[in-house]
Amino acid sequence: MEEIYKELVEIVGAGYVSNQPEERFIYSRDPGTMEPHEPDLVVMPATTEEVQKIVLLANRKRVPIVPMGGGLVLSGLSRPLKGGIVLDMKRMNRILEVNETSRYVLVEAGTAQGMLQAYLKKNHPGLKHSMPDSPPMATIGGNVLIHGSGHLSHAAGFHSEMLNGLEVVLPTGEIVKIGSCSTSPYWFGRAPLPDLAGLFLGWFGTTGIVTKLAIKLFPNRPYQDVGVFVTEDPELVPDVLHRVTGVQVAEDVTAWMTPRPDWARGFQHININYAADTPEELTGKRNLIRASLQKYIREKVGGFMVLPPPMKKGFLEAPQTTLVQFADVRKGGGFEYVGGIMPIELFARAYRAGIEIAEHQRTTYSTGARVIGLGHCMMFFFAYPFNRADEADVERARKALEETNRVVLDMGGIPWKAEAPAQKQIIQKMDPKTFDLMNRIRGVLDPQGIMNPGNWEVE
Amino acid sequence: MDGLKYSKEVCEACDTHDCLIRCSYIKMDLKTAKEERQRLLRGEKSPVLTECVTCYACEEYCPHGNHPFYLIVERQEQLGIWPVPQPLTKQQIIMMAPKGKIIPQKVRSPVVNMCYFPMLAGCVRGKLFQGASTIVGSDVFCNIMWLHFGKNSVIRERLPEMIANIWEHYLKDSGVKELICFHDECYGAYTHLAPAFGLTVPFQPIHLFEYLTRRLDELKDQIRPLGQKVAYQRPCSNRLIPETQHWVDDIFKRIGVERVERKYDRGNALCCGAVIRAQQMEDLADDVQKRNLDDMVETGSKYCVFNCPACLFTLGDAVMKRGIIPILMSELCQIALGEGIKGA
Repeated sequence: MEEIYKELVEIVGAGYVSNQPEERFIYSRDPGTMEPHEPDLVVMPATTEEVQKIVLLANRKRVPIVPMGGGLVLSGLSRPLKGGIVLDMKRMNRILEVNETSRYVLVEAGTAQGMLQAYLKKNHPGLKHSMPDSPPMATIGGNVLIHGSGHLSHAAGFHSEMLNGLEVVLPTGEIVKIGSCSTSPYWFGRAPLPDLAGLFLGWFGTTGIVTKLAIKLFPNRPYQDVGVFVTEDPELVPDVLHRVTGVQVAEDVTAWMTPRPDWARGFQHININYAADTPEELTGKRNLIRASLQKYIREKVGGFMVLPPPMKKGFLEAPQTTLVQFADVRKGGGFEYVGGIMPIELFARAYRAGIEIAEHQRTTYSTGARVIGLGHCMMFFFAYPFNRADEADVERARKALEETNRVVLDMGGIPWKAEAPAQKQIIQKMDPKTFDLMNRIRGVLDPQGIMNPGNWEVE
Repeated sequence: MDGLKYSKEVCEACDTHDCLIRCSYIKMDLKTAKEERQRLLRGEKSPVLTECVTCYACEEYCPHGNHPFYLIVERQEQLGIWPVPQPLTKQQIIMMAPKGKIIPQKVRSPVVNMCYFPMLAGCVRGKLFQGASTIVGSDVFCNIMWLHFGKNSVIRERLPEMIANIWEHYLKDSGVKELICFHDECYGAYTHLAPAFGLTVPFQPIHLFEYLTRRLDELKDQIRPLGQKVAYQRPCSNRLIPETQHWVDDIFKRIGVERVERKYDRGNALCCGAVIRAQQMEDLADDVQKRNLDDMVETGSKYCVFNCPACLFTLGDAVMKRGIIPILMSELCQIALGEGIKGA
């Protein structure tokens, strides 16, 4: 490893490589429940060429290499399960191009969500990207590659669906371009070419290292509002979501269910965020949304909360700081959730399962959902904060997560950004031919098996 | 807490039916009003029960003091006609429930009851409130708001406890008889609603405006007349206590502001819109707010004075966007005393 260390110093400079216990400790874990795994080395490249050299070195030395964005995935995907090099992308954070007319931005993969948000606000106030509800230091690249979602996901789907193109360093060291950028100077999209982006989306860094990506931008409308529809019958929620997404005017539709404070327990709250260019348009959209739910309003089984100004302000934030506060409700900095990607008709089942699991495992919980696309599916989350200093608390959360992953799969959902054990559960459910195809593709792309080994594997 | 004290005979003999005829939201001729009033007296369903926006105004309009509004709320609950969707009502009932965490403490006069608005406790400051104690929170909350939700039962259940809490835990052992009610709702609850339901109140409620008038008289040498035009947003709860209306004029006179004559003040005051939105009638709320704001703007007012914090939260931003400064009555007085607005 000493020799690799020296070569890495030559590639990126001594200030951006470490084999010291402090860095190895930090890069061995994330805020979730997964057991730490220490890397041998940590490196922070600044350019695609440096990434390429590091990959070639890892190939030559047959050392595992684990790409990492913000390190906030929570499910331990950037822990080096078999040691080796953690390749931290945070220095590759340049915003390279904003195309106002065709509404896309080209960034380096380590660009943080908060950086892009601030940059657009300052330089292109008429545009925005879909912010996930993660801390602002989460990266654009990481979130797209795990099929993340955010504040425009109702309007435009998963963040991976907002991807226009990629620059990737393959596990064998070649630099390739995916999408229109492979053929044109513009990064406008992935059509009409064979869509190779799928070779890198949802693979957890096992097929290559994305160094640049272009994502779609959307109008940042000056007038924004949110309605919070409340019911106390989870069986109604799929139809509520179906109706409200059917009118196609919201930007984001999310649900939240929490046992605290007392007034929230037992109720389902559905936040519907929408925006407009004029007050009249905003009112028109509000009326369309409300009209879609008139049936339930007339029956008095659901209605929109009258939001006090501070509450409304919080619900209009992107990302929502209340979620971050909940993440540390147990103190001690531990937080993890299962995000079950599933059809919206499973809402009531998922909601009840969440409560049962939390009661069964005696853990603090919160559940919620983000609608993806026009109700085409949802990311239903079961969140479990815990105190990392309290091993019993960690264990309770871990067991709750394991049980939740199992329940999600049993009901027909699929855990999102699954932990390594949950990946195995998914593989057990998966058509064997699908998994076989995954392995064949991976074998072609990464013949030496150096890319984030231990993920998407049976053993 | 007893049943509502009203007289069926008084209603039957009424020849004005002002309670319905004068309503700003339900349009009705005298013949229909008589028929619908009869339905209400018989405990039958009536469009009044579904169309009422619960603005309390008919309590003021009734020439006989026969509590037509409380009866509407009684009937809504008896017949299960809920003005606000059930989940929202249930949620509010849980949210505003007494927490039972009251700690007895000595207070000294003047004692100001801030109702359930802890965020406004900072308003009790300066010369106006020198030496004042405040009480606030779910355990001293008047609970009159359930009139908006068709839930007299919650008032019956909670109001006696609140009165007892205020008296037993704060006032009695402190030797204080007077309770300054910062919010019209509290004053209305203790002076109007409680007797209507046969409930005795052991302390002396004092309306904030009466208290302010007293203090302004004591501080009159320090008042710098403001010389401004002011629009007043009269809250729904003041409909229960119209006898306090003159205090608004008295205060304005003392601080040198003009209460502008406008269409939607005094007996024609419009709801701020919050309750109408809770009832999910957005178009009506938009219309009511627009008419109200247009009316304020036409008068050229510099300030819009609120006494109800809920009205301020609901209309404050909209008022500001129309170029008028939203302000609480006590804050306007503080400006006249040279104390300015907190944070300004």
